[in-house]
Amino acid sequence: MTGHRVEDLLRELAPQVLGAVARHFGDFDAAEDAVQEAMLAAAEQWRSSGVPESPRGWLIRVASRRLTDYLRSEQARRRREVLAAASVPEYAQLVPAPDEVGLHRDDSLTVLFMSCHPVLTSASAIALTLRAVGGLTTAEIARAFLVPEATMAQRISRAKQRIKASGAQFTMPDETTRADRLASVLHVLYLIFNEGYTASSGDALQRTDLTAEAIRLTRMAHAMLPQEGEVPGLLALMLLTDARRAARTDADGLLVPLTEQRRALWDQTKIAEGIALLTETLGAGPVGPYQIQAAIAAVHDEAPSVDETDWAQILALYETLEQISPGPTVTLNRAVAVAMVHGPRAGLAVLGTLDDDDRMVNSHRLAATRGHLLELAGDNEGARSCYQQAARMTASRPEQHYLSLRAARLS
Amino acid sequence: MKYMLMMVGSKQGWDEMADWSAEDIRAMIRFMHQFNAKLVESGELVDAQGLAGPEQAKIVQAQLDGSPVVTDGPFPETKEFLAGYWIVDVDSEERAIEIAGQASASPGRGGAPAQVPVEVRPIGEAPSVDT
Repeated sequence: MTGHRVEDLLRELAPQVLGAVARHFGDFDAAEDAVQEAMLAAAEQWRSSGVPESPRGWLIRVASRRLTDYLRSEQARRRREVLAAASVPEYAQLVPAPDEVGLHRDDSLTVLFMSCHPVLTSASAIALTLRAVGGLTTAEIARAFLVPEATMAQRISRAKQRIKASGAQFTMPDETTRADRLASVLHVLYLIFNEGYTASSGDALQRTDLTAEAIRLTRMAHAMLPQEGEVPGLLALMLLTDARRAARTDADGLLVPLTEQRRALWDQTKIAEGIALLTETLGAGPVGPYQIQAAIAAVHDEAPSVDETDWAQILALYETLEQISPGPTVTLNRAVAVAMVHGPRAGLAVLGTLDDDDRMVNSHRLAATRGHLLELAGDNEGARSCYQQAARMTASRPEQHYLSLRAARLS
Repeated sequence: MKYMLMMVGSKQGWDEMADWSAEDIRAMIRFMHQFNAKLVESGELVDAQGLAGPEQAKIVQAQLDGSPVVTDGPFPETKEFLAGYWIVDVDSEERAIEIAGQASASPGRGGAPAQVPVEVRPIGEAPSVDT
């Protein structure tokens, strides 16, 4: 088996193995470390001597052994420290039989809910999810976020300590918290996608690996939670956005705005899958923000040209989105839709409502959007100064370049 | 050996960029894109980042009692500032200097080299074990 296929297999098995081991031992933190070690061992051994007959059983056995060793040494340490050995359970007999495992289908899902626990900051939840659910190594995650490996290892370890300190048990969330917990999961998956798609800093505009990983994890979540409308909604949003990736930059690495993209480069397979997902789920339950954003992306993707875009429908969707999930970014996008339907001056009036919003003070997007609408209104001088202001505010080099170029075009 | 190549922008140059033509900007972007791609290809690029403009800067300085004082930019007295940097892992200082020279020759207004100074400094050297 090639290295690539071993890696894919390992990453698919990661949350299942972790789920089984964590449930058995009841210690998510230690189980996660043990599974990570087992995965590293497997990556080496399987490549040279082949994949064992039951790869999942192999991983569970090796992880359980490591965990048992670890717990024994912890026990011994504690025994020395408190001389109270009698109350400590004996772990020696606890390695689960591999066939005992398949019985608990929710284990992978529990791992996902744990990794996106609301006590975590977004950055920690993202890192832990990529390792525990995505099966990436600490080194791979560190590389994707351009931080040193030791920093990433510490971030993950602290995240697990924080979950432990919160008293969370390795069980599925109960009915009363389930909706909130699912919202955290979807938010984390969405952030991973966004990080890959827009790369919050740095030279590369798109980090494809994170985008692909976010889609893979959301597919996994969808397979486990087919009834939750927002899960396919998020998956559709990712697919319908990612479909435009090839058209989003030109040969010089320069950003190309939606209105100027070569639509022939859009990935029709992804668009078809995204639209099918939406069609299946829209109207089947209460509508959520991811479904609406996916619907907006679908309207763009279905338009054969910019001029044929159904802006009235996009505006109606943004109005709905603003009602159920208000925020300055939604207002900003609605302003653009208003401009396309009712003219740039009407859009600028909507943008004006954001001037006093503290959340927009450090964002270059308000100035960039105002520049765009002023340009549509024929105010080249005003547009130019807005683009220049926005270019100075963003720390993303591709965006700096794009905005400077837009400004220069108007002089 | 790792070196940090710091592109030192001037207030004047930064302001003048507002008057570059679209073609000048496009040429600069094309140059930077190819320049970075070549460094990736040669296996020498560790990291490259642009920074937000000096208007976004804040200066933080502790007082004698340890509490910080934060001053918001821009700072009119500052004539030069870090505009962006590369970290490269190369075989020799000569090579780092060669790369810095190419960066400094990136096209500016009218396509002539922008001649932005690039400061080259060794970084992250491990302490020598034997001494």
